[in-house]
Amino acid sequence: MTTTPVLEVKNYNVDFWVDGSWYPAAIDMNFHIKSGEVLAIVGESGSGKSSSSMGLMGLLASNARVTGSVLVKGTEMLGTNVATLRKFRGREVSYIFQEPMTALNPVYTIGFQIIETLRTHFDMSTEAARNRAIELLTLVEIPNPEASVDKYPHQLSGGQRQRAMIAQSLACDPALLIADEPTTALDVTVQAEILDLMRNLKDKLNSAVLLITHDMGVVADLADKILVMKDGFTVEQGTADQIFNSPKHPYTISLLNSVPKLGSAPSRDLKSDASGGPVLSLKDVTIEYPKRGRVPAFTAAKNVTFDIQRGEILGLVGESGSGKTTVGRAAIGLIPVKSGSIEIVGKEIAGSSQKQLREVRTHTGIVFQDPASSLNPRLPIGESIGEPLFLAKVAKGAALDRMVEDLLDSVELPRSYRNRYPHELSGGQRQRVGIARALSMNPDILIADEPTSALDVSIQARFLELLQELQDRLNFACLFISHDIAVVEILAHRIAVMQHGVLVEIGDRDQILQSPQHEYTKMLLSAVPVPDPAEQRKRREARLKSK
Amino acid sequence: MAKKDKSLEAGAAEANSIEMRETAGLSQGQLVRKRFFRHRGAMISMIYLVFIVLFLFTAGGIHLGTKNAPFTIPGWWHWTINDLTEVAYGTGDKGQLTVGAPTMNLNPFAGKAFGIGDHPFGQDTIGHDYFALVIRGAQQSIMVLLVVGFIGGLIGTVLGAISGFFGKFIDAVLMRFTDLIITIPTVIIGSVIGMRLGNLGVFPLALFLGFFAWTGLARLVRGDFLTLREREFVDAARVAGASNNRIIFKHILPNAMGVIIVSITLLLSGAILLETALSYVGFGVQSPDVSLGTLISTYQDSFQASPWLFWWPGFFIISIALSVNFIGDGLRDAFDPRQKRKITRKDIAAAHKVEKAAKAD
Repeated sequence: MTTTPVLEVKNYNVDFWVDGSWYPAAIDMNFHIKSGEVLAIVGESGSGKSSSSMGLMGLLASNARVTGSVLVKGTEMLGTNVATLRKFRGREVSYIFQEPMTALNPVYTIGFQIIETLRTHFDMSTEAARNRAIELLTLVEIPNPEASVDKYPHQLSGGQRQRAMIAQSLACDPALLIADEPTTALDVTVQAEILDLMRNLKDKLNSAVLLITHDMGVVADLADKILVMKDGFTVEQGTADQIFNSPKHPYTISLLNSVPKLGSAPSRDLKSDASGGPVLSLKDVTIEYPKRGRVPAFTAAKNVTFDIQRGEILGLVGESGSGKTTVGRAAIGLIPVKSGSIEIVGKEIAGSSQKQLREVRTHTGIVFQDPASSLNPRLPIGESIGEPLFLAKVAKGAALDRMVEDLLDSVELPRSYRNRYPHELSGGQRQRVGIARALSMNPDILIADEPTSALDVSIQARFLELLQELQDRLNFACLFISHDIAVVEILAHRIAVMQHGVLVEIGDRDQILQSPQHEYTKMLLSAVPVPDPAEQRKRREARLKSK
Repeated sequence: MAKKDKSLEAGAAEANSIEMRETAGLSQGQLVRKRFFRHRGAMISMIYLVFIVLFLFTAGGIHLGTKNAPFTIPGWWHWTINDLTEVAYGTGDKGQLTVGAPTMNLNPFAGKAFGIGDHPFGQDTIGHDYFALVIRGAQQSIMVLLVVGFIGGLIGTVLGAISGFFGKFIDAVLMRFTDLIITIPTVIIGSVIGMRLGNLGVFPLALFLGFFAWTGLARLVRGDFLTLREREFVDAARVAGASNNRIIFKHILPNAMGVIIVSITLLLSGAILLETALSYVGFGVQSPDVSLGTLISTYQDSFQASPWLFWWPGFFIISIALSVNFIGDGLRDAFDPRQKRKITRKDIAAAHKVEKAAKAD
């Protein structure tokens, strides 16, 4: 084992030329990674973690300026010619990207893409390269590698695509692997598998890994050393133990505090009164997406039954494809149901006409997953918020203006924002607008469909607080849909778990979290990464043993 | 300390008043109008176009109605397109013979009579006043532009929007109908109608063009609607209780405005050419009536001898088309809130200066 670091970065700066001046994305970074080591760069969106890693190998857009020194195995990367860079890219330094569907070329088989990488860097026959590709796919534990090598990206599942992506980046035994949010697009159980795989590979191949992520749980699982970034500055650097157990910088401390930790949220008292009957009631609801051409009909939810009382928050948890969003949308009449009944404050909405639905919708509100796409980009946000009121003919003109201002106040946004367009707001602010709109009609039931999945942890923490305050004050019922159990734990009184369109378990929050009955719930709980290296190690070992 | 408090209070009051001004709720329409009026190129073009239209219609007068029941308001120009005047022969700069040269001279040192003269744009070969012809032609072309833009834009947008929004059966029917219209050659239909009904004048021609020109627009709008209707803000509007009409016209249409405007401006410049072609095959503008297109095609051979017969219609075509384009540009920018002012070299220089000053400190 050599003592010279694989990657050494000194006085490293990245700036972008935007609107007539240089905006710094990374300021004076210094770090190094030895082989077999994992350095995690942690930060929230906009902190410069991705730009700085792309800049290492000259992969930034032409309006970027990179200065300082980047040594890969002792060779300077900055300012060298493109040919040298190309020799290092893929060969010595390789990348794993966030979204494997977009990072793999959809018109070539994964085998072809791995073979291409191999043959660019080595003199190899197609035959030999193909054998090596199969070997690599075996290494990343893709089932049936001889057949998978000829598959197209869309024929693989999300986790398998990410494995194929890793196989491609490992093709030339790189000395340094840069993984940019490698598990963000994946479900928790798949994420756990990929993290295990990366840990094994790193030990087997003895490469250095530069891990870029916002997820403290992932960091706790993998990293040896951690570098915390904020607004381009390195605020703190140290070993994983140092950062997690004795953080020094206030930003690191607040970052760690805002990460929701499973099993630490105080329990919430239920102010519900069952006297008025359930606000939302689903009975044997089955939802089917009809057959389209050669694509067969798909049952997204089967026999789902649950009630929500006034003032109660039900957390609906499941992985992607489990049908939780479908149920949320059907509950508000956006998707027709095939059979079963959905009642909102006693009114049946399954199979009712548009006109009846419009009447029922005055009792409902919905917060969508992606605030960027759920607000009309051409409509000033004041108008978006006031639209339900205007359409229900509650108010218009000056009275409507006043109500919009009150709503903006209640979600803690300045009143002057009402004439702004959605793109002028940050993600957290946009999601507040989404809440203000959902609450404008003072609904009996609020459906929140992954409202925090697009937000940074610190913003998410503030958002959850706000939602709690509002719910305590207005006492609406809420169906809170999320893939993140730790978030659901903070808010929910009861939790329902879905898998493949079936509601596998439903019960009180503490009962589900502490003594889960169903196998799937147990698996889901054990896969959640915890932002604590020691605890995470324990959980990992327990998980491996149970296998 | 007390003083500081006071200044703080004053600052707060000022901030308050600014906030008050900013919180006045503005609707989407008001914001778009504000942005459009701020677009310099579009405003200049708008003023220019209004000026040209006023100039044309006061100078040439208004001629509507059919041959048998004409409706005419005479203009202030003393020739009409039917007046035949004595052709003026002269010698040009190089000593060649000129026929009906322009009498307009705005250069007081040129040694000729200063002023616009009797035939400012010259005469054609048989003695028509060319100013009167060009005025009349430009009137016709503007009429074609407005009617084609309105009819074609309306049909294309509405059909495309309905087709893309509702999808399925409605989409299939409307799009096959669009395909049908596309397969029919406009020029042939035009010549058949021209043969049957004879010279109808410019208005029916423009209507006819409008009924055939919307196909491309409809397809583009449909494509835009197909993607936009899947966006979550459409669901959000539906949950808010919006009707289909409101979702189409208030929520999706403003988002498709860029495509619509660009495609209509292209459609308009195509309409001028199509009008000329149809007039050539005998439908639309017939002699003695003229349009800018027929003027150019009639006199294309006299470019060497009498180039002014070419200049003026060309000038009007180009300036009208350009100002329509600029107005379209301004509208598109006004509807798109993300559009920002372009960075100029001046801005970059200013930024450099600030950076230098900061370094000097």
